[in-house]
Amino acid sequence: MIFLIWLLYIPALYLVYGLRLALAGMGIYLHTFPTMLLHGAVFVGVYHLVKLLKKLLKVQPRIPANAGKKDKTISVYGVVTVGFTAMTALQGYGMLSRSMQGYLVPICAYVVLALSLNLVVGISGELSLGHAGFMGVGAFTGIVAATCAQNAVGDPFLRLVIGMLAGGLMAGVAGLIVGIPVLRLRGDYLAIVTLAFGEILRSLTENLHVGLDSAGLHLSMSNGGVQLQEGGKMIISGALGATGIKPISTFVAGILLVLFTVAVVLNLVHSREGRAIKAVRDNRIAAESVGINATTFKLKAFVISAVLAGMAGALFGLNLGSVQASKFSYTTSIDILVYVVLGGMGNMLGSIISTVVLYLIPEFLRSLADYRMIMYAVVLIVVMLCTWSPKIKNTISLFTYTMRTYWNRLMRKKGGSGK
Amino acid sequence: MDFLQYFIDGLYIGAIYAIIALGYTMVYGIAKMLNFAHGDVIMVGAYMSYTFVSASGMPVYLSIPIAMVICTVLGIVIEGLAYKPLRGTSSLAVLITAIGVSYFLQNAAQLIWGPAEIGFNRLVNAKPFLLFDGKLRVSPEAMVTLAIAVVIMVALTTFVNRTQTGKAMRAVAEDRDAAQLMGINVNRTISITFAIGSALAAVAGVLLCSKVQSVSPTVGSMPGIRAFTAAVFGGIGSIPGAMLGGMLLGLIETLTGAFISTQFSDAIVFLILIIVLLVKPAGLLGKQVQEKV
Repeated sequence: MIFLIWLLYIPALYLVYGLRLALAGMGIYLHTFPTMLLHGAVFVGVYHLVKLLKKLLKVQPRIPANAGKKDKTISVYGVVTVGFTAMTALQGYGMLSRSMQGYLVPICAYVVLALSLNLVVGISGELSLGHAGFMGVGAFTGIVAATCAQNAVGDPFLRLVIGMLAGGLMAGVAGLIVGIPVLRLRGDYLAIVTLAFGEILRSLTENLHVGLDSAGLHLSMSNGGVQLQEGGKMIISGALGATGIKPISTFVAGILLVLFTVAVVLNLVHSREGRAIKAVRDNRIAAESVGINATTFKLKAFVISAVLAGMAGALFGLNLGSVQASKFSYTTSIDILVYVVLGGMGNMLGSIISTVVLYLIPEFLRSLADYRMIMYAVVLIVVMLCTWSPKIKNTISLFTYTMRTYWNRLMRKKGGSGK
Repeated sequence: MDFLQYFIDGLYIGAIYAIIALGYTMVYGIAKMLNFAHGDVIMVGAYMSYTFVSASGMPVYLSIPIAMVICTVLGIVIEGLAYKPLRGTSSLAVLITAIGVSYFLQNAAQLIWGPAEIGFNRLVNAKPFLLFDGKLRVSPEAMVTLAIAVVIMVALTTFVNRTQTGKAMRAVAEDRDAAQLMGINVNRTISITFAIGSALAAVAGVLLCSKVQSVSPTVGSMPGIRAFTAAVFGGIGSIPGAMLGGMLLGLIETLTGAFISTQFSDAIVFLILIIVLLVKPAGLLGKQVQEKV
């Protein structure tokens, strides 16, 4: 709903306020449609965030259990837009290092992947270990689609959108094919089958050869199976992956995709369907006995998640000059799962934050050289223990409690109450 | 004759998968967790064997018991530090912690022994047996590996079915709370399970690296995943199932690679797994547990 209001707001805002004035100082220039769209979004996002902050700053004795839902929704949009504004501002002032600029688009892609996986793992409650497979399908489809549209569509942003739509569609089809058999299984068996499907998808894309010439697209599953006419070129050549891609992904497009994903996921979660999905997660038998078709709803969540992952894949694939199928293996699926679980299952804001932080930790630990991945592993284990282990959690809360009472006593003494 | 040759090769790799899968299935059956670090314990076992062999010049088979002891200690330490505090919480939390442990072991190995592949000595230095005028080659290693796998399976089955500790393990696998009420030390039982699983991983590590004749920090991860699918294939939690699953996986992998397509052997292996699970959702020898309301 909020997303729709935004869309209505934006043209009006653009005309009335002339955001150029406000943002030109930050080094952001309003030229194309997507940036215009975003600046409107930023404006509304900041507005909502200020409202939220005001609410939070007011002293509240106790927040009612269910009242935070709407504010949380707003704060997800707010965090994304504030992050975007901060990054563009830093970029405008030239304060962002070159490597940091290179991380912006992959981070957006991984945020979308984490959000979409959270839909399956957190909301639908099924452990999926093959998410990177859908990402790969989306990436290669997107690359093919964008390359095909190269002559017909001049605007790179539009071409990226075409790539993302094609990637999302294809990944959705893959999700449907995978989902129908997979969702019949339960628990760990489901996990292992998603892992198997992810590896199958990777194995297929690893052997895919696609070429484009004047006669059209040529597909083959064997090396040398594609015979091109003169002037044609290979888009994907097997295990070597796709090469010679024109990088058209931008940070703006990435953020727009993140916002789109947040809108889709949050609206789904808070809708009738979302409640049905959560009911199936919490107790399948009880949900079925009140007339919810468990498989249908699980399949819906699974396919939507696959579509979003495919779009993220297209964004990721069109970001660099080349990409290999081995990138979309089981290791990447595991990485995304780590982002989701560490951020908190079912918590979208948590997914976004943990993705950004965990993606950047190894980069910030570069000064540790060889020790950085070990440190990453240690951080991962320690965070998991601190957030999940009942014993450690109790110790921590006991510690903070003692510190607080001690602090309070100290303060009271200083205040000189005389007792 | 070709078929027979590939069949024997398939049994060889299948026996290694089976030993790894036995470790997976023990831990899953009793602790109800997917131990993603199992593949990396394999790698540690192989490196330990390599270190002792290259330092003292002992034959590879003598290094197996040493590697087993070290991996057993490692397994107990990992379990105590990383998994025990999370007992009783979400299984996903334990899964992620296991992934963290796996990252840790891989990168620690990379730091100690370097990222490059290191040559690994053969387990048995003997000429392969030639049958049918040299058309069929059976390497002594393949026979030793198969024999070890069978011995391990028989020993494990006897242990689980005949000893007091084995009985405790079965009880914990069936119902942890009830077992605790009957006076079984659940934590100790799970620790013992991890110790056994890690010792098996050490054996598998030496056998695996003796087959591929090299060792690297990631040598265990892909066979680990394969063996995990093998354990699921045979019905996770079942000891004969793990053996059967491992053997079948090795055979399918080798035979499809030889006769159908080398490129798609991965895809075909996983496709067969999926089909089997759709027909028998609890695996080949797994027990189908009825859901109670």
